[in-house]
Amino acid sequence: MNTALSNFLASDFFYKFSRSPVAIAAFIVTMTLVLSAFFAPVIATQNPFDPGSLNLMNGFSKPGVVNDFTGETFFLGTDDQGRDIYSTILYGLRVSLFVGFSAVLFAMILGATLGLIAGYTGGRVDSIIMRIADIQLTFPAILIALLIFGIAKGITPPSYRDEVAIWVLILAIGLSDWVQFARVVRGATLVERNKEYVQAAKLIGRSPFSIMIKHILPNTLGPVLVIATISLALAIIAEATLSFLGVGAPPTQPSLGTLIRIGQSFLFSGEWWILFYPAVTLLALALSVNLLGDWLRDALNPKLK
Amino acid sequence: MLTYIIRRVLQSIFVLLMVGLVAFSMFRFVGDPVDSLLGQERTQADIERVREQLGLNDPFPIQYIKFLGKAAQGDFGVSYRQGREVSTILAERAPATLELAGVSALLAIIFGVGLGVFTAIRRDGFMANFIMTTSLIGVSLPTFLIGILLIYVFAVELGWLPSFGRGEVVQLGWWSTGFLTESGLKAIILPAITLGLYQMTLIMRLVRAEMLEVLRTDYIKFARARGLSKRAVNFGHALKNTMVPVITVTGLQIGSIIAFAIITETVFQWPGVGLLFINAVQFVDIPVMAAYLMLISVMFVLINTIVDILYFAIDPRLSADASSRGH
Amino acid sequence: MTTPLLSVKDLVIEFPTRHGPLTAVDGVSFDLSAGEILGVVGESGAGKSLTGSAIMGLLDPPGRIASGEIWLKGHRIDNLSHDDMRSIRGKRIGMVFQDPLTSLNPLYTVAEQLIETIRTHMKVNERDARTRAIGLLDDVGIPAAGRRIDDYPHQFSGGMRQRVVIALALAAEPELVIADEPTTALDVSVQAQIIDVLKEQCTERGASIILITHDMGVIAETANRVAVMYSGRIVEIGPVKSIIQKPLHPYTKGLMGSIPTLTQADDRLTQIPGSMPRLVDIPAGCAFNPRCDQVFEKCRIERPFLIPEESRKVACWLSKEAIASKDVK
Repeated sequence: MNTALSNFLASDFFYKFSRSPVAIAAFIVTMTLVLSAFFAPVIATQNPFDPGSLNLMNGFSKPGVVNDFTGETFFLGTDDQGRDIYSTILYGLRVSLFVGFSAVLFAMILGATLGLIAGYTGGRVDSIIMRIADIQLTFPAILIALLIFGIAKGITPPSYRDEVAIWVLILAIGLSDWVQFARVVRGATLVERNKEYVQAAKLIGRSPFSIMIKHILPNTLGPVLVIATISLALAIIAEATLSFLGVGAPPTQPSLGTLIRIGQSFLFSGEWWILFYPAVTLLALALSVNLLGDWLRDALNPKLK
Repeated sequence: MLTYIIRRVLQSIFVLLMVGLVAFSMFRFVGDPVDSLLGQERTQADIERVREQLGLNDPFPIQYIKFLGKAAQGDFGVSYRQGREVSTILAERAPATLELAGVSALLAIIFGVGLGVFTAIRRDGFMANFIMTTSLIGVSLPTFLIGILLIYVFAVELGWLPSFGRGEVVQLGWWSTGFLTESGLKAIILPAITLGLYQMTLIMRLVRAEMLEVLRTDYIKFARARGLSKRAVNFGHALKNTMVPVITVTGLQIGSIIAFAIITETVFQWPGVGLLFINAVQFVDIPVMAAYLMLISVMFVLINTIVDILYFAIDPRLSADASSRGH
Repeated sequence: MTTPLLSVKDLVIEFPTRHGPLTAVDGVSFDLSAGEILGVVGESGAGKSLTGSAIMGLLDPPGRIASGEIWLKGHRIDNLSHDDMRSIRGKRIGMVFQDPLTSLNPLYTVAEQLIETIRTHMKVNERDARTRAIGLLDDVGIPAAGRRIDDYPHQFSGGMRQRVVIALALAAEPELVIADEPTTALDVSVQAQIIDVLKEQCTERGASIILITHDMGVIAETANRVAVMYSGRIVEIGPVKSIIQKPLHPYTKGLMGSIPTLTQADDRLTQIPGSMPRLVDIPAGCAFNPRCDQVFEKCRIERPFLIPEESRKVACWLSKEAIASKDVK
């Protein structure tokens, strides 16, 4: 473990990282947000979705100003229900990141599998999979996600809808984003398929498939990691957008997008903080993950650019 | 050239058939159309009658073909939620979206190409660097936040422009336009900027990258060696060559503007097809969803075809070789 | 003595880098009289093309003229404003590039590009410009010029395209044509024709040529004088005949050895061992010293300068004049 760490510290990758202030800043912001989300139950001042911990009298407290009725102070203010904005952001971040990570993981597994099958089988299967990918790419991801969301909503009985909403969201965003992973893995598979060791494995009667996986996966690790990071930023924005449109995370389990949707209605009456802080958090998250992805792309594989 | 266009048209038809299949499957398998049409009190005979009427007893391929036939005539059935013909609702809503998308696309192209050329020619200037940095942030900014920001500044704080709706519209036949009234013109400014901004940054970055590439080519150096003026070199030669690759991507971007209008229309409560679609998704109004999907696809295919033809118009190499060498 | 058509004095071209400027052309000087054909020969990276670009005022940034002067018929042109330089480019100095496939804009017809150039430099109307354009194409040997003029560049073959490029360079009757490797990208079978057309048309119009090439054979057949460049400097310059018959600089000798001739067909062509140093590590003293078979101590310490010898100038410590002057010191 220790040698692994020192190896990493001595690597080119780490050197490039330590020389890029943008990458370091983006990494710090991302990690801070991820850790805050993870430890939300510990560092939040209340569980904003437990009605017992709320006091309606605290409603619309301004940030950092003592509430006239209860004498409490909330440094990011409260919403109409008296929920502490700071705590809602932490919990919202949890939902946003959970959906983002899960959707990318789903897209990655689906894309890699389809890419592997397409590249390995070739012929008809390949052309069908890649044609579907082409058609899907013509349409914006958000439209695909909305459509999948609508269909999934139609299939599930109304009483379950809120419960499965998060999973439907993951499915919708994941399905709208598998194509890039499939393309990379397919490309790598096509390259490996014609190499001699695969032919040799066939000759001695071994399944070339398992050997190929062993060789293909390490080859695609770099590009897949880059695509995954950039996809994560896109997935977080897509989730926020869907939730903002009112077709994403339910009000009982709000994400940052839901919080912004709720906050928008208070903008005209002057309670700007209900919208402002979740929006800033979302921006910081999306921007830092995006910058990190950009940097990774340049650092790992300049050719991808 | 002809074979190329025929091949493209065949591809487009294939795409439309695929999308049609998705739309039809939605009709057929998502929710029960019989449920949606008949209330709680119904007899087995009613159900049978409706099933027969809807053609649900036919074999799957026949149903699909019938569906396509109707769709081609603009018949998508009746909205579950509003109880009116989907085609009527779409026709009411379409002008709002098309006007918004048109103005946004115009903004995106004019400013995208203009700023792209500017930042390419003044590559190391302060303004160019400033624009490039700003655009990077712009790309990471979710559209709906841009909309909210604009509303906050120009509607809430400054009170210059309306924050929602289309303003007064004038009816020209079946087309309702907001271009002829002052309130209508004011109302379109913020949504159009919101919708066009992202596409503008994309077009700008693309134009810049392509233009820098073109400016490095031998024929630009040769054009300068011939003593042509800066203007003739930059705009007469470099820009025209830049446009060849830019047109394809811009075409696709314009297509996605119509789809992205969903978000902008929600932020600004713009009464277009995007808002209609979001409501349809929320209430699982399948006929509206399916019709919207088909409408969008037809638009995409149309735009792609126009882009292809433009391509031939601008690049003489294609029209001469396309038949022999392909694309 | 009359003023030379072109006079380059101590030209230095630098590329600024983070580790200080790299000197790509270092103190190049030469004169060119009217109607003369000067060949500039050397390996790629020797600074031949940069010198050509600098005369045109077309150095690609970040490259820049660090010092030195360029004079055209008694007027200094290296410090002219952008607009003033533009009235010289194409009008008084024409240029022919290496690759005819990429020097013509693919989106415009030959007519459009010719007429554009003619009308930039001459006050003629569209119709006269077109007549003139057809005449030019005819001159450079394009058959059925009146018909072909409306074709796009991709409809011509490589050799024909280079003829079009020559027509474009001559469009405004320049006094000087800089041809930068005009035949390198062409089929061997048409190379000689292109050189002939270039020479014939320039001679007819009384224009001088600077012919930049790495092919000593082309220069031997075409040029009056030759400048041999190595690592950003001229190492030998003089009449073609005398240099070919009796090269003085060891590098020039090496170049001569690499031309195949009919008389010595059975011999192997000689090679110069090693390769030209990169700009970042040019050796002290004579830049050629690591590859020179007659190198001695002084070559590694002191840089030789151009010393007149016989009818030419040569930058080598082995030259007679250099040895003589050393004795004086």
